[in-house]
Amino acid sequence: MSHPAGAKDSPPFTIFLAIALLSTTALSYEILLMRLLSIIQWHHFAYMIISLALLGYGASGSFLALCRRWLEVRFLAAIVVNAVLFALSMPLCFAIAQQLPFNPLGLVWDGRQQLYLLATYLLFTIPFFCAANCVGLTFIRYRLSIGLIYRADMLGAGVGAVGIVLLLFITPPQRCILLLTSLALLAAAVVMWRPLPQSRWPVALLVVSGLLLPLLWPQQWSALRLSEYKGLSQQLQVVGSEVVAERSSPFGLLSVVRSPTIPLRHAPGLSLHNTQPVPEQLGLFTDGDAMNVITRYRGERDTLAYLDQLSSALPYHLLQRPKVLILGAGSGSDLLQARYHRVAEIDAVEINPQVVALMKNEYRDYSGGIYAAGGVRLHIDEARGFIERSGERYGLIQLALLDSFAASSAGVHALSESYLYTVEALQAYIQRLQPGGMLAITRWLNLPPRDNLKLFATAIDALRASGVARPGDHLALIRSWKTSTLLIKNGAFTPQEITAIEAFCEQRSFDIAYHPRLKPQQANRFNLLQQPYLYQGATALLGDGRDAFVTQYKFNIEPATDNRPYFFHFFKWGGLTELISLRGQGGLSLLEWGYLILFATLLQALLISLLLIIMPLWWSHRRVEGGRQRRLGASYYFVALGLAFLFIEIAFIQKFILFLAHPLYAIAVVLCGFLIFAGLGSGYSVRLSGRFKEGGFSPVTVAVVGIVVIALVYLVMLPVLFQWLMPLPDLARILISLLLIAPLAFCMGMPFPLGLGRVAVQMPAFIPWAWGLNGCASVISAILATILAIHFGFVVVVVVALLLYLSAAMVMALGEWK
Amino acid sequence: MMRCNTQIDHRACFWITSILMIRNALLITVLFIGSVPAADQDGYVDLRNEMIREINVDVSITRFSTGKEAFDSRVMAAMRKVPRHEFVPRRVRGEAYENRPLAIGYGQTISQPYIVALMTDLLGVDDNDVVLEVGTGSGYQAAVLAELVKQVYSIEIIAPLGKQSAERLERLGYRNVSTRVGDGYYGWKAHAPFDGIIVTAAANHIPPPLIQQLKPGGRMIIPIGSWFFTQQLMQVDRTLDGHIKTRQILTVRFVPLTGDH
Repeated sequence: MSHPAGAKDSPPFTIFLAIALLSTTALSYEILLMRLLSIIQWHHFAYMIISLALLGYGASGSFLALCRRWLEVRFLAAIVVNAVLFALSMPLCFAIAQQLPFNPLGLVWDGRQQLYLLATYLLFTIPFFCAANCVGLTFIRYRLSIGLIYRADMLGAGVGAVGIVLLLFITPPQRCILLLTSLALLAAAVVMWRPLPQSRWPVALLVVSGLLLPLLWPQQWSALRLSEYKGLSQQLQVVGSEVVAERSSPFGLLSVVRSPTIPLRHAPGLSLHNTQPVPEQLGLFTDGDAMNVITRYRGERDTLAYLDQLSSALPYHLLQRPKVLILGAGSGSDLLQARYHRVAEIDAVEINPQVVALMKNEYRDYSGGIYAAGGVRLHIDEARGFIERSGERYGLIQLALLDSFAASSAGVHALSESYLYTVEALQAYIQRLQPGGMLAITRWLNLPPRDNLKLFATAIDALRASGVARPGDHLALIRSWKTSTLLIKNGAFTPQEITAIEAFCEQRSFDIAYHPRLKPQQANRFNLLQQPYLYQGATALLGDGRDAFVTQYKFNIEPATDNRPYFFHFFKWGGLTELISLRGQGGLSLLEWGYLILFATLLQALLISLLLIIMPLWWSHRRVEGGRQRRLGASYYFVALGLAFLFIEIAFIQKFILFLAHPLYAIAVVLCGFLIFAGLGSGYSVRLSGRFKEGGFSPVTVAVVGIVVIALVYLVMLPVLFQWLMPLPDLARILISLLLIAPLAFCMGMPFPLGLGRVAVQMPAFIPWAWGLNGCASVISAILATILAIHFGFVVVVVVALLLYLSAAMVMALGEWK
Repeated sequence: MMRCNTQIDHRACFWITSILMIRNALLITVLFIGSVPAADQDGYVDLRNEMIREINVDVSITRFSTGKEAFDSRVMAAMRKVPRHEFVPRRVRGEAYENRPLAIGYGQTISQPYIVALMTDLLGVDDNDVVLEVGTGSGYQAAVLAELVKQVYSIEIIAPLGKQSAERLERLGYRNVSTRVGDGYYGWKAHAPFDGIIVTAAANHIPPPLIQQLKPGGRMIIPIGSWFFTQQLMQVDRTLDGHIKTRQILTVRFVPLTGDH
């Protein structure tokens, strides 16, 4: 095989810089798209679209395999063209995708929507395809420096992971896309810089267009067009409704909406006996959905009387002016409720600093300064992390309606990990209760019951784990026609308290679903259900037949744990055919699309991967040197690595979310840490491969043994270590996280470039295949990891990944491919 | 396809068959383009009958959760009569009689026929009743009610949608439906009290003024669900002595409890 001139030379610095810049841009674009699609659609569709669009990497591998010779001799032109196409396709594809009448809510029953979905992710494949071409081409052109190129690629991506999160704090997402376009054009200019010093004009042209493009890009092309089914879109249809303030950060797009003509009157599940008017309110939407309200308050307590007519007011009738902790304080409804009940001491925890800023600044007067009032201590923090670190004890912990009704009844959150409603979380809340204190969790009432019963089961487990012998004595559950409130008491409910619960419900026509002395005939009096479902469920869950009940129940109500943090996952395959047969009566509404779409995504990813990998491979297999077995071995190696790398990365992101107590920071820090240290490991692997050339263990074996040992130690050690280090300040925990990730990621960065280096020597034509196979496996991996985690937990995800790494090392060590 | 009688000339047979085929093809084309006027022979009779059949199947499936063995024959007659295809956007007319919700723009939907029939039946209205609807939407529910009662008052919160449905109801000749655009929270005091109220606009609580505008013995129905589908119906009864009773009705026969529990 003849190599084109220069195949063995090492790339100039500008190439490394350009690759790093392009990788920064590509990873930033990926995270940014997630943000943008969560705003215009819903986040699980965002997840699906991105994972399929990443198949662009796989497609690039096949494309390069087919056109390798032609492109290799035109390396410079090819990489510049691809970089420019990448730059322009980022905003263009998003603009075009926004024009498609895609309505994901109709996916299950409207065939046209499936076509629009296909079109959407094919569109987003284009930018990733172009970016991957740049990296893949460089691998082919400088095939002996693969480790170093891979290092630049990973380091760039690592910077992108953190960079985009920081950028999103200061720039609206629709502007970020244009900045990324500039960055990619700059990368193209960098590529051209050294080899052609005489042609300054193209370089200058690229730089100038990169600088001007964000300014000249038509505003309407980048304006966000929200799905018409999102709460914000629907609210804005109402006469006189308008957005009066907007804030954007990686936490979400906040929109404050005024509706002077037709007031909002948000008071979910308000008692029918309420005669108090609901005061003027402003809507506060996050990502165009999940409406909360800022209630006008002028210090007149009577105007808040309606808040006593909600099911969440129950604990205030059992506790005398308790010290209250409000988790997810948001726009302050729960604070007002506490205020109405003359609570003197309130700790309010809110994760989104921009919500707090709005309440403390722009809407301070409007909301009666509730966040700044005496006795209120504000904590900008994630609820679970705050609980784990706080040494305080409370008379009442309130956790009320954190998700929207439509989203909760449609199973939209099925795939989101939540560490608020796990057995361990409830245990932590209970630990923070004073003797006799109560945890009150209010949720929407979905029928047939799902989350309410799952939460009840979780509470039972948490009480048992806290050493309570008779959990039934510590629980009470009531329901309005739209909401339910669960009380978990640190102590058994007294007869006086039970009388108070009954009186509270009687006065408001709320029903009692459970308290320790409830008689069956008391359970279904006011808002009649066909069967007293909640009462039946609660008593069954407390009885001996609990396991059988959970198994036989048609929704998944097995409590979520930190290892399987999927509280919102209620789907059981057993119910699928029945629900489909009931579609005429709206049976599809009980299907969890979130979960089904995950499977649909996996199937599509597999199909497209076959189309992109196997077909071109079959088409061009004669061109690859080496025997069939060697090719099979190499294929397995790169597929296994693609699966395993992301399995471990995703599982450890989850482990670190709990420690960093912040999903956003955890994803940015862990992703950045993994990418950068893996990049360094990749650079180091070049040296390692030289050192082990003469006999001894293969460097891949050394790296894999390192991965297995470190990951296993972490699985055992991290929970204990995290518990111990939890009280440290944020920065210290971030640094410790990076230190912990470093050795694992360093080892994980080695097998891929080592394998690729080996391929470069033995069968260079296989390089694009390795690149493509690895890319497609990565796509499948992200989806598969979630499915495995939902069913078996994250520990199993890690163990499977380690087995994949070991088998890959064995294939390399024992197989013909060495 | 027509079977040719040997006694008829083969050529005539060919022409008759061709004409029939062309007519059918035209009918199908027209059906999909959806430009047929809403006369009695509007070409949708078969589809409406099929829709009625499907509703009846659903009624039978859900009889345990709704407590209804069969819907009132008057309700079914109204469902059979109202040209549902006139209430959906032109491009989805071909799907108008499928037993599922359809998007009508502005982020709103027309409920699936079974839910409309169920809500109408539960309302239990008769000829002399006056009914209020909060959330006109496409106007389909108002039209179905108009076939059954003396007068329907309907309020829509989204101005262009309200205007559209008002024109549509007018064009289709529903003289006993009065519509307006505005806030449904305070009902329509000038025409209160009502024998029945349907609140199809999503409500997070039941507006007290609406309860006050309900006649003793009257009934209110509120569908509850996510974006496209109704999963539950809330039934609010004002008893003759003025008390309020509520009941939740599951529209889907999906009994989650199995075994002996």
